[in-house]
Amino acid sequence: MKISLKGIGTGFRSLMTGMRITMGQFFKQPVTVHYPHETLTMPPRFRGHIELVRDPQTGRAICYACKACEKSCPSDCIIVEGAKREGEKRKSVTEFKLDFTKCSLCGSCVEACKSNAIRFSKAYNLASTNKDEFIMDLFQKLEAEGQGGEPPKPAASETAPTRTEPPKPEPPKEEVK
Amino acid sequence: MSTSQVIPAPEQPHETFVLNVGPQHPATHGVLRLKLTMDGEYITRAEPVCGYIHRMHEKMGENRTWAQYLPNTGRIDYLAAMAYGHAYVAAVERAAKIEVPPRAEYIRVITTELNRISSHLVWFGAFLLDLGGFTPLLYAFDDREKILDLLEALTGSRLTYCYYRFGGVCNDVDDDFIRGVREFVAGMWPRMKFYRELVTDNIILRKRLIGIGVISDEMCRKYGATGPVIRGSGVGYDVRKMEPYSVYRDLDFDVPVFSEGDCMARYLVRMEEMVQSLRIVEQALDKLPAGPVMTSGVPRVLKPPAGDYCFAVEAARGRLLVRIVSDNKEIPYRVRWRTPSFCNLSLFEEASAGMMLPDALALLGSLDLVIPDIDR
Repeated sequence: MKISLKGIGTGFRSLMTGMRITMGQFFKQPVTVHYPHETLTMPPRFRGHIELVRDPQTGRAICYACKACEKSCPSDCIIVEGAKREGEKRKSVTEFKLDFTKCSLCGSCVEACKSNAIRFSKAYNLASTNKDEFIMDLFQKLEAEGQGGEPPKPAASETAPTRTEPPKPEPPKEEVK
Repeated sequence: MSTSQVIPAPEQPHETFVLNVGPQHPATHGVLRLKLTMDGEYITRAEPVCGYIHRMHEKMGENRTWAQYLPNTGRIDYLAAMAYGHAYVAAVERAAKIEVPPRAEYIRVITTELNRISSHLVWFGAFLLDLGGFTPLLYAFDDREKILDLLEALTGSRLTYCYYRFGGVCNDVDDDFIRGVREFVAGMWPRMKFYRELVTDNIILRKRLIGIGVISDEMCRKYGATGPVIRGSGVGYDVRKMEPYSVYRDLDFDVPVFSEGDCMARYLVRMEEMVQSLRIVEQALDKLPAGPVMTSGVPRVLKPPAGDYCFAVEAARGRLLVRIVSDNKEIPYRVRWRTPSFCNLSLFEEASAGMMLPDALALLGSLDLVIPDIDR
């Protein structure tokens, strides 16, 4: 009888300690971020997928297709092709494909690049149901940004996340009899 | 043959049945399968079946260059990726005779110890989740989040850091990181007291853990169990003290040892290890020398001289050894990992015989298994 009473006493004390601590937490600020409505800023060194860097003077990609990134990649997910333009000594990039399905985000390519022609993107909202979206043509992406005459889009972390609505299915056509 | 001859049925004093735990089960923390032969509520035989997440990390080492293998090291044990990178990088540095600048060594120790704390915090949350306590997980992940944010700002990644390079580390620490780590360490001391009050002193937890799953030091030696498992059985084996590597020789820390060998001992070892890791981080920050973080003159295409090299470190789960064999080519001839979780799991079959099912799951949780580390 004595032992069981003692047990109840210890159990009750243990319970009260737990309750006191959880009660203390009740008055503290929440630590969670309500994700779609609030986002955290990505640190400057965040390793996202890679993107080509534009030379501010010429307005073209710095990359001259030396293929150091292609060689350093452990997963063989980069394909670079280049060609010489008329009147230029160096090659310039004509194709830069990244197979993001294979990329392990290790950053070897950025480290191998001697001319700082590639950098990490800050985009992280990359989920998709379509595999083709992850075979990225970075050169075309850069060209498309240039043709619009707009500065490159700010990284995803700097803006509120834009929620892309799935394409609405077309309303079924009413069959006219 | 006469018809009167009757073959007697084999006697079955206790009827046993096979219970399958996993490969997808919350208590196994990954794709580990346990084939339990049960006699009622008691286990007569527990057979771990592993190999569900085998990714050929050792074979992959044989078809990529020395540097290209670096991202793989973080994926063997994703909770303590720093220690794995450290072991591999240090083995290659030993082979190629590359000196590491002292600042880089201190940064390695700081990041590895922070990673050890974050790994133990995951274990702490998940272990209590196994035992049926949900709340501590949320507090543990709050603290872990602070470490991950710091390491993300430094390395660019939250789990698979790939931060160490042959001859140093790839980024230097900045003042923000040092300030952040000091703030975290200062904030962690009251949290350790908080965990003791909320969890360690809790009577339900003590009743679940004290005297449960006793592992003798002999059994640990037989199966090669290391880390907090053997230190919970009264053997003070820690690679950081036994074969000091990096700058651990210059740092003052204790190796917590508890001799009971039960789940509570292993629990207390890990809680005490977090305290010791905090001490190491504080000291390393005070002693952090100035200077470069990368040795100059490391060749881009590394070809270590032919030979057989080993390097052992203390990972969060125990002794981690990497053996590399080089034949003076740019691709390793062989990369072999001795991972702690595999040895720690192998004693489960003997230790769990005769235990009740909920107690066996407490024992499994107290071994702190990471399944990719077992299968690699």
